[in-house]
Amino acid sequence: MEKVVFEQTKGLTDIPMRYCPGCGHGVVHRLVAECFMELGVQEKTIGIGPVGCSVFADEYFNCDMIQGAHGRGPAIATGIKRCRPDRLVFSYQGDGDLASIGAAEMLHSAMRSENITIIFINNAIYGMTGGQMAPTTLLGMKSTTSPSGRTVEANGYPIRVCELLAALDGPVYLERVSVDKPAAVVKTKKAIKRAFEYQLEGRGFTLVEILSQCPTDWHLTPLQAIEKIRKDLIPYYPLGIYREPEDAKRAKKEKVAVEKES
Amino acid sequence: MAERTLMKGNEAVAEGAVRAGCRFFAGYPITPQNEIPEYMSWRLPEEGGTFIQAESEVAAINMLFGASSVGTRVMTSSSSPGISLKQEGVSYCAAAELPIFYTNIVRGGPGLGNIAPSQGDYFQATRGGGHGDYRVIVFAPKTVEEMANFPRTCYELAFKYRIPTMMLADGILGQMMEPVTFEFDPIDPSTLDLPDWALRGSKPEKRRVIKSYDLRPGKMEQWNFRLEKKYDEIREKEPRYEAVNIDDADIILTGYGTAARVCESAMALGRKEGLKIGYIRPITLWPFPKSVFREVRDKVEKFFVVEMSLGQYVEDVKLSLNGRSEIYLHKRPAGGIPTGEEVLELTRKILSGDKTKQVEE
Repeated sequence: MEKVVFEQTKGLTDIPMRYCPGCGHGVVHRLVAECFMELGVQEKTIGIGPVGCSVFADEYFNCDMIQGAHGRGPAIATGIKRCRPDRLVFSYQGDGDLASIGAAEMLHSAMRSENITIIFINNAIYGMTGGQMAPTTLLGMKSTTSPSGRTVEANGYPIRVCELLAALDGPVYLERVSVDKPAAVVKTKKAIKRAFEYQLEGRGFTLVEILSQCPTDWHLTPLQAIEKIRKDLIPYYPLGIYREPEDAKRAKKEKVAVEKES
Repeated sequence: MAERTLMKGNEAVAEGAVRAGCRFFAGYPITPQNEIPEYMSWRLPEEGGTFIQAESEVAAINMLFGASSVGTRVMTSSSSPGISLKQEGVSYCAAAELPIFYTNIVRGGPGLGNIAPSQGDYFQATRGGGHGDYRVIVFAPKTVEEMANFPRTCYELAFKYRIPTMMLADGILGQMMEPVTFEFDPIDPSTLDLPDWALRGSKPEKRRVIKSYDLRPGKMEQWNFRLEKKYDEIREKEPRYEAVNIDDADIILTGYGTAARVCESAMALGRKEGLKIGYIRPITLWPFPKSVFREVRDKVEKFFVVEMSLGQYVEDVKLSLNGRSEIYLHKRPAGGIPTGEEVLELTRKILSGDKTKQVEE
């Protein structure tokens, strides 16, 4: 008898995604959908779609969706969650959306510790509009608005969102992950699921930052783009947990202690 | 319910909104509307509602975008510069057909201007205000009591037509105290049916989507025509106005809000002298009550417009009269407040043939 080891999640619709080959968005969409399905909350989930490459998120996620103005996802999520506190509310946003035009909404929803989850795709570029410089574009990286490469003099330094938010008391869970290899994808799914679980437990603000490849606007092949994540992005944006609840830390220590003993 | 109390305009509109079922308010401080968020900050929690002091006007309007998408009766308020900041969000609400309610307690502009009463935001209010082809329903109260009672109608229309509604008042109305009777029983929103369009977390076969874009060829044009159909119905059914002494009038004074009260007192003073003065006052600025102007335009030779701005309201009067009567205009922008005596003196001059204040066609 055949055993099913993998199937498409029912958390996504059948509409074909319009993402470029090698783009990280599709993988992350699947992980988000798998998480709300596995937690059994599909019919309790309300997602917020952004402006940018993932503007069509409302077509892909198989749950109630609202598509809002550029940068305002956290404010929209705040309005929804305060009126429907028992729903799972996530805002899906890119780097320009979250860290540039929506920086105020990001900071203040984190400061208020709104009980929402932000799925933050950091690919260091504005994709939809054709490859302009993002707040997370690395120094030296070329874009259509930094054609000779980003310089400190002209453009300042890239923003590290997790580190920035970790300076606030409000966030409950902040983790930076990537989707450059299967093990990283598994880790990313775990991070998203943890964020959703914390939200469902009513703990407060959670954000998962995902380093994601954009072969098209980086002018690289998909394989080269993955290589760039490892060579350039991860060194500037170190992976890891930047904030987690005290009891999660304790649980981990205990687990390590038990493993050592055995 | 019929208890009569003394209230400030800003508090009256806040209490009126709560009684009309408002359970979510987000706003940002700006004079002269601060009593509204201040009132909401303690009043909404009493009713199990939510008050948020947002990080900006932009965030506040987008919090409303979210809160109204799940069917909640929501409100924000601001004053002129803050309303400018909210316009992007209002445009999204108009496109997504979300029934928000907001007030503009207008101050002097342009720019930072001043905190004096003004009617300088008439165009912004009545022509949509943000980007794209849309309208919002605009109520213009002239008393504190109207500020208390209009929110109920605003929510009714907002939900009936799925359209943003606003109240356009000014610093005088916001700050003034007057006697108020609430003319309706408080509405408990938990007894209202959740509209079918409202997000809630749905079964996948009936999942709900609220959005303001459609990139497919021709679809956004259709979307606009669908909105236009709704706007046409509102234009036909929802204009509201007040008309006094128009049957025997030699001249009709017209203005809205605070300017309407000035017109009213000029009319009362003039009638005592035997001058045949009438008065028309739109209660809704959009939809504009064209019909009442059309009814009298062939009977009354002169219309005298009084506005606390540089000739904005007069344009709708012009469009309604369509060249059939003479129009005179008295302008007092950014803090200038005309008095009844001032308007009466000008009315006397106009009636005796003075053309100084006449507006060109």
